[in-house]
Amino acid sequence: MSAGTLYDKVWELHRVADLPGGATQLFIGLHLIHEVTSPQAFAALDDLGLTVRHPERTVATVDHIVPTTSQARPFADPLAEAMLATLEGNCARHGITLHGLGSGRQGIVHVIAPELGLTQPGMTVACGDSHTSTHGAFGAIAFGIGTSQVRDVLASQSLAMGKLKVRRIRVDGALQSGVYAKDLVLHVIRTLGVKGGVGYAYEFAGPAIEALSMEERMTLCNMAIEGGARCGYVNPDAVTFAYLKGRPHAPSGDAWERAVAWWSSLASGPEASFDDEVVFDAATIAPTITWGITPGQAIGVDETVPTLEQTESDERPIAEEAYRYMDLRPGAPIEGVPVDVCFIGSCTNGRLSDLRAAAAVARGRQVAAGIKAFVVPGSEQVAAEAEAEGLDAVFRAAGFEWREPGCSMCLAMNPDRLEGRQISASSSNRNFKGRQGSATGRTLLMSPAMVAAAAVSGHVADVRRLVAVPTTPQPEPASTRA
Amino acid sequence: MSATPFPAGPIQRCQGRAVVVAGDDIDTDRIIPARYLKCVTFDGLAEGVFADDRSERAGDHPFDRAENQGAAILVVNRNFGCGSSREHAPQALMRWGLRAVIGESFAEIFFGNCLALGIPCLSADHDAVLALQAAIGAHPGAVLQLDLEPPRVRLDAGSEVLEWPLTLAAGPRRMLVSGEWNGTAQLVAHDGELRATASRLPYLNNFAAA
Ligand code: SF4
Repeated sequence: MSAGTLYDKVWELHRVADLPGGATQLFIGLHLIHEVTSPQAFAALDDLGLTVRHPERTVATVDHIVPTTSQARPFADPLAEAMLATLEGNCARHGITLHGLGSGRQGIVHVIAPELGLTQPGMTVACGDSHTSTHGAFGAIAFGIGTSQVRDVLASQSLAMGKLKVRRIRVDGALQSGVYAKDLVLHVIRTLGVKGGVGYAYEFAGPAIEALSMEERMTLCNMAIEGGARCGYVNPDAVTFAYLKGRPHAPSGDAWERAVAWWSSLASGPEASFDDEVVFDAATIAPTITWGITPGQAIGVDETVPTLEQTESDERPIAEEAYRYMDLRPGAPIEGVPVDVCFIGSCTNGRLSDLRAAAAVARGRQVAAGIKAFVVPGSEQVAAEAEAEGLDAVFRAAGFEWREPGCSMCLAMNPDRLEGRQISASSSNRNFKGRQGSATGRTLLMSPAMVAAAAVSGHVADVRRLVAVPTTPQPEPASTRA
Repeated sequence: MSATPFPAGPIQRCQGRAVVVAGDDIDTDRIIPARYLKCVTFDGLAEGVFADDRSERAGDHPFDRAENQGAAILVVNRNFGCGSSREHAPQALMRWGLRAVIGESFAEIFFGNCLALGIPCLSADHDAVLALQAAIGAHPGAVLQLDLEPPRVRLDAGSEVLEWPLTLAAGPRRMLVSGEWNGTAQLVAHDGELRATASRLPYLNNFAAA
């Protein structure tokens, strides 16, 4: 059993009671809600005659269903309009802050909470969305919940949960240039499997993790869930504190020093013990890309699609299903596979540093003929910052469309979707069958820089050959925003 | 669609015909494609269950075969329900008529979402699930008797009764059997404990030293 880890400390602090069924009642410090998984929860609350216990610890935005071409109301799609109107009504009725369209703070829920300083070390964060693991980047314990649990958190600011085991994923060495957190996490999932993390929280640690910026840590923790781990986290450190300082909801004045002292005390110490540990060497990781229909079906861009013989026997049925669905030949190189659509965005890779990395590839090049390429900033703030740097102009000049913030083509709940058997190069997080809106559409997951490389090449390409990628990290985006 | 009422109260057993959906890693996007999530109530979800898989298989999907209509127990393989946390997935299965799931393993969020609806997800090892699936195939229309205490499933094969032991962790099992799986009231009742917890969290108290 783990002891002395950040997970153990945060768990203990938020423990409300032991429940008769053996689960723990856990206090939730920050509850994020959006239009898809909250309407039924509010309705259930009404049915039970209950109200929202901590509206001030509940924050809403709208992301999944918003169109990215025009966000004028009412939306063309009446169902999408009804969902947003329902959210607006519920927030108004219960006194919950909604960061709506045009507020300057709207965006994908997992992008806006960190940039507003809402997500902080030592919190428990819940949201009716599996990629809530993103917030673990701050040393929070953050996990996705279902609608019944959204109802429970609204009503009681707590939920029933069983404690997870903790696996430390230690990453030594340093990532090569042109290799990003996205590649690292795809590599981890490829190695440990999409089910490898079931029952675990993943603690990401080691020199390669400490060297990551906050935005990269978010990419990493975002995809912990794709490896089966309901939450992933990084111990808070100076990088975390520098990111938070000055953000609208971050502590200020005297409280800042006290907060930093407390946050620092939460990190897993040298005495911490883990249920399991796995070690990786960052230097051996290549730009990584999925070839199949699960995020674990990933290979280095310089590798070939694995043959059945190269596949573990229990993975063979899904490999065969993937060959059929993807129409990729086992043993063939992944580099050079033609793509139709290139999508840069999502809660995994829709932040400023992601757009910078993609723009560095797009700058001075042209999207290949016949390819639809578009960039969807993760939030209104990301859009404003990118525009202030002229990234929108770089993308437009290269032939990319520059869109309004939202989840976009990460999933098919808005007008952005694949058609027929189109194949996408996508910076999102799921390559499941049909995920991007066409029952036969195909998805290749990769880093935003790799998506840009595919866009200008017309096919999967190794980004390391396209640009001399800067080896020194660029500064984090501005931390102060009114 | 189901005529049986949705789960309520203590859940000790489940009886009914079974439908087998074979394959590992069946994710919630396949159980209910994202376009069906555009709703403000769960009412119409039964239509969308496995919609894309069903249209791909043009009437030959297990959920479309005549002998499986009215089935109450779903039998699956490994890591069923992985992917998105959408509760629409168990809701859709429940509204289609299912009241219990047996499989090799389940994704955690899916398992918890099912539990919150009073739908037990019970596990058995690989060989047992394959044997159960084969037995269901060999005896179409046979009724399964599923018990939670002790967890096991029996299939009346006419000449003999086949039986497999199942597993379900003690916590969820107690919640289902006692009827405490729908625990909102219990959580809310811990008002004093909730206050005490909130009062010791530094970030809710201006980071004042404890
Ligand atoms: S960007 Fe994709 S994964 Fe992230 S919250 Fe939106 S739909 Fe979910």
